[in-house]
Amino acid sequence: MQEKYDFIIIGGGVVGCIIARTLSRYEGKALLIEKQADVCMGTTAANTAIVHAGYDPLPNTLKARMNVKGNAMWDQLAGELNFAFERRGDFVVAVGEDELPALDVLMTQAKKNGVPGCAILSGPEVRRREKNITPETSGALWASTGGICDPFAVTVAAAENAVMNGAEIKLNTEFKEFIMDGSRIIGIKTNRGDFFSRWVINAAGLFSDFVMHQAGVRPEFIIKPRKGEYFVFDQADVQIDNVLFPVPSEKGKGILVTATVHGNTILGPNANIIQDKTDTSTTLAGMEEIWSGARKLIPSLSKKHVIATFAGLRPMGNAPCKTPGVNYNADYIIEIPKEVQGFVNLGGIESPGLASSPAIAQEVVDLLKDAGEELRVKKDWDPIRPARPRFREMSQKDRKLLVDMDPRYGRIICRCENVTEGEIIAEIHAPLPATTYDAIKRRTWLGTGRCQGGFDTPRIVEILARELGVSPLEITKLGKGSEFLLRPTKNVEG
Amino acid sequence: MLLKNTYDVVIIGSGPGGLAAAVEAKKEGAQDVLVIERDVELGGILLQCIHNGFGLEIFNEDLPGPSYAQRYIDESLALGVETLLDTIVLEVTPGRKIYASSKKYGFVEINARAIVLAMGCRERTRAMIRIPGMRPAGVFTAGTAQRFVNVEGIMPGNKFVILGSGDIGMIMARRLTFEGAKVERVLEILPYLSGLTRNYVQCLQDFDIPLQFQHTVKFIHGKKRVEAVEIAAVDENWNFIPGTEELIPCDTLLLSVGLIPENELSRKVGVELDPITGGPYVDESRQTNVPGIFAAGNVVHVYDLADWVTLAGYEAGKGAAKFAMALRAKETAHIPVNAGKNVHHVVPQSINKYVLEQDEIELQLRVLKPIEDRSVIEVHDGNHQIVRRVVRYVRPGEMNTIKLKPRHFADVEKASSLTVDVSPR
Amino acid sequence: MVEKRKLICISCPVGCELTVTLDGDNILEVEDNACKLGLDYAQQEIFDPKRMVATSVKVKNGFHPLVPVYTEHPIPKPMIKDVLAEVRKVEIEAPVDFNQIVIENVLDTGVNIIASRNMPKV
Repeated sequence: MQEKYDFIIIGGGVVGCIIARTLSRYEGKALLIEKQADVCMGTTAANTAIVHAGYDPLPNTLKARMNVKGNAMWDQLAGELNFAFERRGDFVVAVGEDELPALDVLMTQAKKNGVPGCAILSGPEVRRREKNITPETSGALWASTGGICDPFAVTVAAAENAVMNGAEIKLNTEFKEFIMDGSRIIGIKTNRGDFFSRWVINAAGLFSDFVMHQAGVRPEFIIKPRKGEYFVFDQADVQIDNVLFPVPSEKGKGILVTATVHGNTILGPNANIIQDKTDTSTTLAGMEEIWSGARKLIPSLSKKHVIATFAGLRPMGNAPCKTPGVNYNADYIIEIPKEVQGFVNLGGIESPGLASSPAIAQEVVDLLKDAGEELRVKKDWDPIRPARPRFREMSQKDRKLLVDMDPRYGRIICRCENVTEGEIIAEIHAPLPATTYDAIKRRTWLGTGRCQGGFDTPRIVEILARELGVSPLEITKLGKGSEFLLRPTKNVEG
Repeated sequence: MLLKNTYDVVIIGSGPGGLAAAVEAKKEGAQDVLVIERDVELGGILLQCIHNGFGLEIFNEDLPGPSYAQRYIDESLALGVETLLDTIVLEVTPGRKIYASSKKYGFVEINARAIVLAMGCRERTRAMIRIPGMRPAGVFTAGTAQRFVNVEGIMPGNKFVILGSGDIGMIMARRLTFEGAKVERVLEILPYLSGLTRNYVQCLQDFDIPLQFQHTVKFIHGKKRVEAVEIAAVDENWNFIPGTEELIPCDTLLLSVGLIPENELSRKVGVELDPITGGPYVDESRQTNVPGIFAAGNVVHVYDLADWVTLAGYEAGKGAAKFAMALRAKETAHIPVNAGKNVHHVVPQSINKYVLEQDEIELQLRVLKPIEDRSVIEVHDGNHQIVRRVVRYVRPGEMNTIKLKPRHFADVEKASSLTVDVSPR
Repeated sequence: MVEKRKLICISCPVGCELTVTLDGDNILEVEDNACKLGLDYAQQEIFDPKRMVATSVKVKNGFHPLVPVYTEHPIPKPMIKDVLAEVRKVEIEAPVDFNQIVIENVLDTGVNIIASRNMPKV
């Protein structure tokens, strides 16, 4: 059976999902495919969750332009999609006199990039604003437009809004190769059949090099996975309310200490280039690296209060910047290549990819328009993705009202984070259904507290099995092959 | 079930500590005792501890966890302890108001004269000991696995490595072996056993399950499900000794790496915690620094035997009941004195009945209508007469008096109000 | 023939590591025991080791799919595997009473398998 689309997006990270959502505004049929069991399973799943202000990228790069433009789009995005986003501002902290000149370099970049609201603060001023910071702090760059968000929430909300507006999302669907008609791409082959489309958009993140090579585009472009490891602290024990960067080095923005919208403090990342694009393991050496890096900023941290560790991979590309005179070889690719038709090619979207994502989606729309696409706005397009109740954030009074209305919100499933059965069921039956443990965890924040799922796992298995009408043995952590349970206790062989 | 607005003693948690506290609070005279349990039935973790070894201290019998629990469940229900199941306490206030939530009972607000915290403890997790590697399915704490195997009836794996020689870890090694799984290895980072010797003998030695001291997990392999763990020897500072690495293929890693008292509620209400035990500072009656809030069992410090938890529960239940009853006495000490038959008013309008323990109280009254003959002024509690006085006549224009004396205290203490009547003799 | 065997006494939490000197059916000497419980333990453990066995049986229409059970008294240690296999064959019907006999005189040991809790019907 042939299925025809106007747009196929490969990859369900934040970039792919915001593109899907942006395209769902226009007439035409859009499909997003994601090889994993949920959206937001790659680079978007494991990063610092910061919406960067834009002082860091080299001026006149595409990265710089996307970052600054993207940053300004977040208030509207958060308002329409109803996810948590806070412009707390951020600090780049200079420790010791030696690091002070680096702040001036950043300040100059900030001006060139057009970042509003930046200032250089004195050491005492920084220490006044963040009590826990090292006494050796000599100053900081303060960027008031820096923000923090929950990348899962952003991605899921964008995907849902796309689905609400008629886009399709196929999970567990992996791109294999293009279907060509001469030099024109007319569709893709996947593990779940062929899909035809007028346009295919490469938003494959770590695997964007593979996808563009399949189209015969940019054979010299390669993505190197750069691993970043993180520590998460118990919010009852550690409370850092600010976003604190060290001064940057060649390895990137460095190991930071940052607040999250959920109240936990996180440390990380380090940055180590590895070979395997699926190796998200944490390492002993890496964890030590983060530890010493973070203690440079906040000496009082104690490992005793760590409640989670994780690692993510950034897709570091090698695309040269197109601006004449700018010597930079890790710029973003956002283009309609000439070699083939029907292909929008993205690549190397590493940090600040999260901050840039709404601008990238807009850039894709602009490219399509330039290529002659009419893109008529749908009459019934609804930009609003309604918020769902979050018991943990409510007052006792509001909780009572909610439970009176629907008693399922009265049953607490995650005791650390106060997530209720009502919230879980709502996610299982949402426009983009959550069908794995991790999918529910990312949407509700269940299992992220001190007991790390020890209490809720048996209950989630039971609820998922009941709501999906399957056996508990089929319930997975993150898709097929990650089943929690293997057989009934009494079925012993031999 | 109709919930009362106020209970004498509310117990949070129905494990051995909570049930013992409930039973003892009742025996000590608390009238309204409520146990709030987050699971769907009473008994706490005892219900999944189906192995023997409980009750040796208290009953001098070797019982499985559920049997031990059942005795206390039956006893507490027989004593009239009320229960709220499948209900989680969200918050306790210093004024001892409790916010709780459940699907069946909805959002619940209850006042308690005394509270016993008996939330038990939770297991330390992979993250707390920072085991490096991938994050696949198949890493469970021993207690979570125990619940799956013994209560839900599903095996979380077939080939196990167990980290930690705590009791739950060793008991699970035997239990999993009983159900046809293979336990490849038990690892202990310390140079000695964390759990009880009898568990080593009966759970590991009996089934030839190898235990290695001064070894731990160095890396977890497997992208979706655990495929293997790399283990290695450590020195006395827990540093890995190079060259001792070994890869053990398995589908599940169980963690039995310690328990931590569960004190989220305690912390929020201002209960001061001992950084050494992780539980509240308590006095001999198991009272915390917050008046009327008691704590017992693993919520205070982690015990090796449930029997000791029960004994601590008794202490807390007793302390809580005494506190509640003293409070109830104070709350009910002031009772109204009503103007009854042919009485216009009485002063004082209310009395603190405990004053009568030592002093007398004079009631002053005026009648409505004159009685020009011998009349009786009577004080009663609605049913029984407490004191009477005969006077020659009564007239509205003249005040009359009647005295309550210490010898009337026993009667007055039981009364919820007093009434003064005046009638012809 | 005289042989020595190592045993860990589990009569109490101390856990003495006993060395037992044995000549066929006779115990010649027990060493390193802190008290006389060690002597009885060695005698029992060498000639007739017994264990309490706790496991579960399937239950139909129960509040849970399994009900926990145990041997009312210790059974001979070599029989543990067979007893477990026997228990595995059983499926009982809810409701189950506390202390209800699930298997009477399991494998002629003279010991009953009993339920360690009640299991209401759903």
